[in-house]
Amino acid sequence: MAARVMTWWTFFQISINERLVYRGDFMLGTLMRFLPTLTQIFLWWAIYDVISTNMAQGNENPNGEIAGYRYGDMVAYYLLVIVSRAFSSMPGLTRGIADQIRSGEVKKFLIQPVDMLGCLLTQRVAHKLVYYLIATLPFALVFWICRSFFVDGWPPIDVMVVFVTSLLLSFLLGFFLEACIGLVGFWFLEVTSLGFIYMLLNFLLSGHMFPLELLPGSIGAFVNFLPFKYLAYFPAAVFLGKIRGTEMYIGLAVEIAWTLFFIVLARVLWHRGVKRYSGFGG
Amino acid sequence: MRLWPLYTEAMPAIEIKNLCKSYRVYQKQEGILASVRGLFHREYKEVHAVRDIDLTVDDGEFVAFLGPNGAGKTTTLKLLSGVINPDSGTCQVLGHVPWHRENEYRRRFSLVMGQKNQLWWDLPAQESFRLNQHIYGVPREEFDRTRDELTDMLDVTRLLGQPVRELSLGERMKMELIAALLHKPDVLFLDEPTIGLDVVAQHKIQQFLKAYQQERRTTILLTSHYMKDIEALCKRVVIIANGAIYHDGSLEDIVDRFSGEKIVTLQMTDGRSVDALKNLPGLVEIEAPKIKFRVDRDDVGRTLSDILASHSVDDIVVEEPPLEEVISNVFSEAERDRVRDQSAADQSTSTGVS
Repeated sequence: MAARVMTWWTFFQISINERLVYRGDFMLGTLMRFLPTLTQIFLWWAIYDVISTNMAQGNENPNGEIAGYRYGDMVAYYLLVIVSRAFSSMPGLTRGIADQIRSGEVKKFLIQPVDMLGCLLTQRVAHKLVYYLIATLPFALVFWICRSFFVDGWPPIDVMVVFVTSLLLSFLLGFFLEACIGLVGFWFLEVTSLGFIYMLLNFLLSGHMFPLELLPGSIGAFVNFLPFKYLAYFPAAVFLGKIRGTEMYIGLAVEIAWTLFFIVLARVLWHRGVKRYSGFGG
Repeated sequence: MRLWPLYTEAMPAIEIKNLCKSYRVYQKQEGILASVRGLFHREYKEVHAVRDIDLTVDDGEFVAFLGPNGAGKTTTLKLLSGVINPDSGTCQVLGHVPWHRENEYRRRFSLVMGQKNQLWWDLPAQESFRLNQHIYGVPREEFDRTRDELTDMLDVTRLLGQPVRELSLGERMKMELIAALLHKPDVLFLDEPTIGLDVVAQHKIQQFLKAYQQERRTTILLTSHYMKDIEALCKRVVIIANGAIYHDGSLEDIVDRFSGEKIVTLQMTDGRSVDALKNLPGLVEIEAPKIKFRVDRDDVGRTLSDILASHSVDDIVVEEPPLEEVISNVFSEAERDRVRDQSAADQSTSTGVS
């Protein structure tokens, strides 16, 4: 057990060193993350502008809200989604696993007494930590500039705890979900289209594109059962007080359940995949 | 249930019985139409990569696998290292069935592939070594000692801190070898470890492997296309072709068995004798005053005495034909067999459909 911990710890340090080789493009990359959001903020600014003009003319919608979001909430939502996605998005994971399978590099994990998913997870944790370390500054800057959009200020402490927990869980959920898609490579070899479908679904159903309250009723209820919303919407909605009380804790429980589900699924896919791989090729 | 009793020192390190492995390969005709057809209806061809191999390797042996590309050498190494499962047959390495992939087994062997990189590309080799230390659970002091020994032997100590991507191919290969040997494996599989290396680096690695093997008595299986590697290292050579063992014995045996001829070079005293001999059967080349020809092993004495009786000769050299040539003859013979078997098989069975 201690030996295994040492393995992961060494692997963790090595992954950090490896990451620091490429520190150069980090800063720029982080700031660029906010650019697409800027266009969304402008779009919503225009929409809210129309609403307030209508209000001035005495039409309905007395609060100037859309699905319960004031303009400030909407901007704050997008900023928080960026935070969620800094935890849950796993650039290159699916591709990487599928490539390893296709190129045969995956053999390494059959030959050496070391676990592939454990390696990838350790590596990902290390990479994310390096990323947070470097991204904290630009993130803080943007949030400070945008502080007036957070109309209600900081949420209470219990909500903060759930917020942080759900972020950490969204990291695990995103990791194992994308790992599962990559492991499908044992059967299909090429998972690009699968990854693309996942990306589209994720974009629409995780709340990355817009708050999930905007989805029409029946679809919204359906999406509520899916794991996607935990990758972006859920932490942001918790922070903004859109989900509170019992509903919040049930949501957290469901997130834990989905995470466990994908951890188990990834294990099963790995074992089946290896069996298939060693039976058919190599 | 175990088929054999647990491994003891007296047992062979590797024991393979009736091992078979075949692949299904997707057959695609050329052209777009065929590609579209392939979406709905695929034709597969069965490729027998390894058929019915029997092999026993004793503890501490250094065995070469020799064979043309696609002969089944790498497939055999993959079976032995547990990367793939066989279709039938049994195999025990150090008392373990490789494809069960038990950690106890995985800690006792190494596989080095000349064409694959196992080190961390952007990091110095010493970081990859450190990781291997923990993966294989090598105690710190032992690890340091082994590492220093190996880097010293291969003369790469000064390169330990350099990112692997900045090393030359030869230097990288040396690092790969070190990474594979840090946990002192009892069995080592080397798949073309000197491929693409220059003569100096090749030689250095040969010397290293020889010294290492003599010292540690590690059981080593090596595949290579360089006859020099094999001549320098292995007493025992296993020729694999078409997935079956063609020959198993010493290098000299190969020449005895597969080449019935010797090569004779005569240095004649005067040019007229050269002219007179230019119609000799089995003539290889004339470079007056030298003349080179092949003679059946059994006829060497008679042919020479005939020539000596009527011509004056300054010098006589009788040699075995070059090993490369003999091996290449064996390979082409095997290839002819394969083509014949293939056409027979194609006639008797149609391709499988799924």
